[in-house]
Amino acid sequence: MLSVLSDRQWLWCAAGFYSAGLLLGTVSLIRGQRTSGVSIFCAILAGYVLQFIGLGIRGHATGGCPLGNRFEIFQFTAWSAITLYLVVGVTFRSSVLGYFTSCLGAALTLLSLSIPAWDAVRRTHIFGGNPWIELHAALAIFSYGVFGLLALTSGLFLLRHFSLKSKHLGGWFSFLPSILDLDHIEVRLLGTGVALLTLALAFGSVYWSRDTATVNHSKLAATVAVWAAAAAALGLRAMGRLLARRFAWACLALFAAALLSLKAVDDSRHPGAAQAAERAAP
Amino acid sequence: MSAPTLFVVGATHHNAPLEVRERLVLESEAAIRGDLASVPGLRELAVLSTCNRVEFYGVASDASAADLVQAAFCARQKFDPAEFQRIRISLTGRDAALHLFEVASGLDSQLVGENEIFGQVKEAYAAAAASGTAGAVLNRVFQKAFQAAKHVRTHTGIASGRVSVANVAVDLAANIFGSLAGARVLVLGTGEIGEATARAFRSRGAADLAVAGRRPERAAEIAAGLGAATLPFDGFDSRLADFDVVVCSTAAPAAVLSAAAIGRAMRRRPARPLLVIDLALPRDVEPSAADLQNVFLYNLDDLALIAEANRAAREGEIERCRAMLAHRADGVWSHVQPYLASGAIPQADPAGRSPGAAGQAAAP
Repeated sequence: MLSVLSDRQWLWCAAGFYSAGLLLGTVSLIRGQRTSGVSIFCAILAGYVLQFIGLGIRGHATGGCPLGNRFEIFQFTAWSAITLYLVVGVTFRSSVLGYFTSCLGAALTLLSLSIPAWDAVRRTHIFGGNPWIELHAALAIFSYGVFGLLALTSGLFLLRHFSLKSKHLGGWFSFLPSILDLDHIEVRLLGTGVALLTLALAFGSVYWSRDTATVNHSKLAATVAVWAAAAAALGLRAMGRLLARRFAWACLALFAAALLSLKAVDDSRHPGAAQAAERAAP
Repeated sequence: MSAPTLFVVGATHHNAPLEVRERLVLESEAAIRGDLASVPGLRELAVLSTCNRVEFYGVASDASAADLVQAAFCARQKFDPAEFQRIRISLTGRDAALHLFEVASGLDSQLVGENEIFGQVKEAYAAAAASGTAGAVLNRVFQKAFQAAKHVRTHTGIASGRVSVANVAVDLAANIFGSLAGARVLVLGTGEIGEATARAFRSRGAADLAVAGRRPERAAEIAAGLGAATLPFDGFDSRLADFDVVVCSTAAPAAVLSAAAIGRAMRRRPARPLLVIDLALPRDVEPSAADLQNVFLYNLDDLALIAEANRAAREGEIERCRAMLAHRADGVWSHVQPYLASGAIPQADPAGRSPGAAGQAAAP
């Protein structure tokens, strides 16, 4: 049954549902109505299931977590963010968050699907049959998904902050959650992301310490830099040194840095093959 | 004798100014029900009496029943019938049903979208049901009116946004703190508007209130009424960090709360926002406080502008609501009309001497 469509076709369908959620929310907002939480949630859930199928087919084919190229990393990051939204997003009681999540899901999946070069080389058994390395990679990318959701929440915080400072509270702004709730959610998400990335690095370091020759320095530097930035933001927030708007901007910057670091992570696997594929792309 | 029909007769704020409405206030609904018991052909009756309207909803098999209700009411109130004729509202059939839908939805209210009228219509219906004068037709029409009102309030912006300064202030706090249960509110000054705002905070769940005023006895009086604590006015700014919301309404000729004092308080609570609502004229708070991080300062003009924008937004929704309600009124009327035309409506006693008799009829 699942073989009716190829993995990429399943993922296109998933992107379609995320885009449908985005469209539904946009139409509601243009009309000045509250976005329909249920319909957007259903669209995201449908997209999530289809993406799960697509990534599952890939994982089966590659013999592990589908993180073999940039396309898969972007897909897995989107899937991670949406997993977290589906698990904890409902408690936010904010249909606006659903709208922004569908935005993120659509952006990451459509971007990765629309650049064939990212998926030109499909590497298999990239973890060498080592489950710890696979867990390390999966946790690291999952933490990036958490940072994605954190970036969305930070965006909502900045909008709410702007509305309160500029005294524009009607229309679209009236659908935003309270600024204190958003701040609490930001802190929890950042804490979760840091914890997951710390675990990922801990699992990875056990493996690297046994065989330091396998360590790719640019990948290690990029990943540790993201972790250090996230941990620093969390520490400064706890000390009351990075607050409110500045904290939200820092969280947005953190997600941008995490996305940029994915290039180093991906190139570290098979730099030669990746470069060849990019050269071969039209 | 003609087929029974639904009617409404009465007077509302649209045509009756306050001094006229004062003379129309019903002292005793029971008394008017007694007067109306003798109106021939009157099968069902519900009386809606509020500060903005007095309306009689009825079902009658006699076309003159509405006029007789009006005459009985004027006689009871000692009100000139000719004057009432000029200001009255009188509708029948589907239009009467639509009017009730609009009233219950707050569409016909002086303050469009207000919620209080919904409860008042419910009370009017409950009183009619309890006295046995709400029969199958009024039961149906009122129930549908409640459903319609809930629908438009949920699916349109007719009830969104607050339109009084006190409630706008509370909404602002909710935009910052979410639930107000844990928000600590300091009321500075003993002015009327400050007290009204404090009451609004209390009614929306704020449990921790304190009042500080130059006149301690007045502050204590207000605090007692609110179930709040009192705070000495002198040196209140040293306690500022303990509060999330500060409502200022003193009559001081100059600012009583400086940006520096707020800045000092914020250094002790940097992660928690502070909402400062300045309702005083001249202003109580230095305007530069608005530039501080995590401080949100609103003055009387800001709140009035928000209230006005909310009011305009509600009024912009009126036509959409009206279309929704008209559709629903058509629906209920298509069910009620054949039932009325069949004439199978038992007599209810407007004086309430035979409770429940009307309600036993099969609903249309």
